[in-house]
Amino acid sequence: MTTLSNSVNPAQPFAAASAPAGDVADYFALLKPRVMALVIFTALVGMTVSHAHVNPVVGAISLLMIAVGAGASGCLNMWWDADVDAVMTRTRMRPIPAGRIRPGEALSFGLTLSVGSVLVLGLAANWLAAGLLAFTIAFYAVIYSMWLKRATAQNIVIGGAAGALPPVIGQAVVAGHVGIESTVLFLIIFIWTPPHFWALALVKASEYARAGIPMMPNVAGPDSTRRQIVGYSALLAPLGLAPVALGFGGLIYALVGLVCGLAMLALSVQVLRTREGERANRAAMSLFAFSILYLFLLFSALLAEQGLGLFRPVLG
Amino acid sequence: MSALPQLTPDEIRRRRKRSVAIALVLAALVAIFYALTIAKLGPQVLNRPL
Repeated sequence: MTTLSNSVNPAQPFAAASAPAGDVADYFALLKPRVMALVIFTALVGMTVSHAHVNPVVGAISLLMIAVGAGASGCLNMWWDADVDAVMTRTRMRPIPAGRIRPGEALSFGLTLSVGSVLVLGLAANWLAAGLLAFTIAFYAVIYSMWLKRATAQNIVIGGAAGALPPVIGQAVVAGHVGIESTVLFLIIFIWTPPHFWALALVKASEYARAGIPMMPNVAGPDSTRRQIVGYSALLAPLGLAPVALGFGGLIYALVGLVCGLAMLALSVQVLRTREGERANRAAMSLFAFSILYLFLLFSALLAEQGLGLFRPVLG
Repeated sequence: MSALPQLTPDEIRRRRKRSVAIALVLAALVAIFYALTIAKLGPQVLNRPL
């Protein structure tokens, strides 16, 4: 097990005081565009499964605001975690640790976008959706980034709630309430998060240790992490089929959910069985890569069934 | 009075790009509020008693 070192402090400026303001691309990078794309996608599915009508203009603007809000929380996360990002190879070229944007500029940018996205979503859709977006931003930036991430090995388990909320916001936008459909989608993303991040953490354990982040492999050890990955994947496989049982997942979704759930479980077992050397890293990275595909395929199936009229009921 | 800092050509180029981006975002905000007004209030938006 690797020893943790708390040699870094939160929110310490890394750029020189006289560092110039960054390029437009640097500000865009602060928004974590790939996470934004995933948020747009999952929120759109949350809107689609709700069976409620929304004006397309209102729907599109709401989706944009959900994406901007997610980007703002990513920006605030990068502001707070600049010291950690600077010591990890995966993140050290981000705009703040690389010295292209000053921490204060990122903080102002993130706060402005946070407030703006919540207000416009409230005006465009409703204040329940806006409140949920505000909660998501606050949960990710404050509860996860500032507290959980450096405090407990359950950081990404609890923090995963922030990443799981976009479908719930999507349903709130179109239906004005939170229903069982988006709650199930929330649970799927929530249970999916630990095996997804811990697969990466197994490979990057030494970097997390150097940065002082108590990820599960550093705290409980790699073997315990592997067992927990299998446990969460075993939970995820049947949970992934809950939309079928509840009637909003059809035949296509049932097939995709079953095959992908079993594949995710098989790759997790492979991670558990392959514990040494480069093969262990390859097994973990295979699970990490497939977990992204898993979520994409399941949500794409729901989108195709509900959005393109391909729904064929499995039950009844 | 202190002298203004001299910007390099690269800093001037980046500042110009940021200014253009801010202008585009402001224009997008205008378009968003216009579209929202029409979408939520409909074509009768101007046909209301004073």
